[in-house]
Amino acid sequence: MIDFFMGMATALRGAVAYGRGMQLLNGMFITIQLSMGAILVGLVLGSIIVAFKMSRFKILNFISFVYLGAVRGTPAVTQIMLIAAIFFAGFRGNRVWIGILALGINSGAYVAEIIRAGIMSIDKGQTEAGLSLGLNKVQTMSFVVMPQAVKNILPTFVNEFIVLIKETAIVGFVAIQDLTRVAQQILARTADFTPLLVAAAMYLILISSLTFLLGLLEKRLRASDRAQR
Amino acid sequence: MISVKDLHVRFGKLEVLHGINQEISQGEKVVIIGPSGSGKSTFLRSLNMLDVPYKGEIWVDGVNVMDKKTDITRVRQKMGMVFQQFHLFPHLTVLENITLAPTKIKKMAKDSAEHLADTLLAKVGLTDKREVYPGKLSGGQKQRVAIARALAMEPNVMLFDEPTSALDPEMVGEVLEVMKDLARDGMTMVVVTHEMGFAKEVASRVLFMDGGVIVEEGLPTEIFENPKHERTQAFLQKILH
Repeated sequence: MIDFFMGMATALRGAVAYGRGMQLLNGMFITIQLSMGAILVGLVLGSIIVAFKMSRFKILNFISFVYLGAVRGTPAVTQIMLIAAIFFAGFRGNRVWIGILALGINSGAYVAEIIRAGIMSIDKGQTEAGLSLGLNKVQTMSFVVMPQAVKNILPTFVNEFIVLIKETAIVGFVAIQDLTRVAQQILARTADFTPLLVAAAMYLILISSLTFLLGLLEKRLRASDRAQR
Repeated sequence: MISVKDLHVRFGKLEVLHGINQEISQGEKVVIIGPSGSGKSTFLRSLNMLDVPYKGEIWVDGVNVMDKKTDITRVRQKMGMVFQQFHLFPHLTVLENITLAPTKIKKMAKDSAEHLADTLLAKVGLTDKREVYPGKLSGGQKQRVAIARALAMEPNVMLFDEPTSALDPEMVGEVLEVMKDLARDGMTMVVVTHEMGFAKEVASRVLFMDGGVIVEEGLPTEIFENPKHERTQAFLQKILH
């Protein structure tokens, strides 16, 4: 037993020695950048796609149909490789941007569905009541439907964010130095898997904190629901 | 003030209104009766384009409602509507439900909108509920707030779509009272209802609809005591006793 812990301690020391700890921290920082950037891109894209999908213009419906089909019908890894190869061949800037764009485009499709489901969950009578008062469609959406839909959207959206954080681990395929990639490179050099364990623990901490916040959020939403019921 | 010519409405392939003609003048209280599925609600909802007709004409105060160039939101601002299921906004208080449209559409200042709302709440007898969320109200109270909400835009005509059908029996009276008050104030009203007592007492004209057409219309006394058409007679016989 004591041997086991001694062994663990030695291994951990090895995992962070020779500046490896710093490398892993940098990796985590990149992972956080990717997640935050991609979810923002996803939110903006997702909102636009929902508007397209619900628009009365056929061409916009078609664009959203193609986008949703393409994104959801192909693996994220393939998407990011394609985007890197087509749009970023010979790119010399910060490669994190490639990751943010590719993951954002991917996430946008799922965010779009989340927003749409949230809007659909609101009774059609709410829209009709808004319109009957003489509010236009945009006003009805902003003052009547969305404030109610957000309550349904928010928890699922945070959940999508959690999924996205884990999904960022694919950026290693296009040579972005995120947490997983850094750990994997150390493993390749030293044949020691503890850096991967440390990386896993870092993801776990990130995601547990978010899950905890999500719990608080849901509690608050339920409280405001009770106040109105 | 409302003129309807040869109005046809269909849902998918199913035509539910087969050519409605109707003139409603200022101050009239038109009550529409008829069996379920007869198209009464659809007719009412097509007046403010919640159901969009595919053929015919609707003119409201000289405006061609079905013209694509017509700004339908402006027409709706002058037509209040009350729904069977109330459709109050659950995330807003009673006061906010009433002030939403005047503040967002007419850009009315918050305090004048609240003053207006207080006047309307007094009118429907719910002054003490102004800060409450709709979820805390009874059905009858909800419907009275819905009437106040529609009145806040100072409409020229009020459309009622079976306003008491979703209510427990003991709450029907309080809503009908508010509607009678409104009628006495001279409001132009179009009411789809199964409340024959209300129709007899308040209607200036009764329309009997069946199968997507207006089968018969006339003064309440004519329709209820001396219906000419056999479908009207059959319908009244079923519900009056």
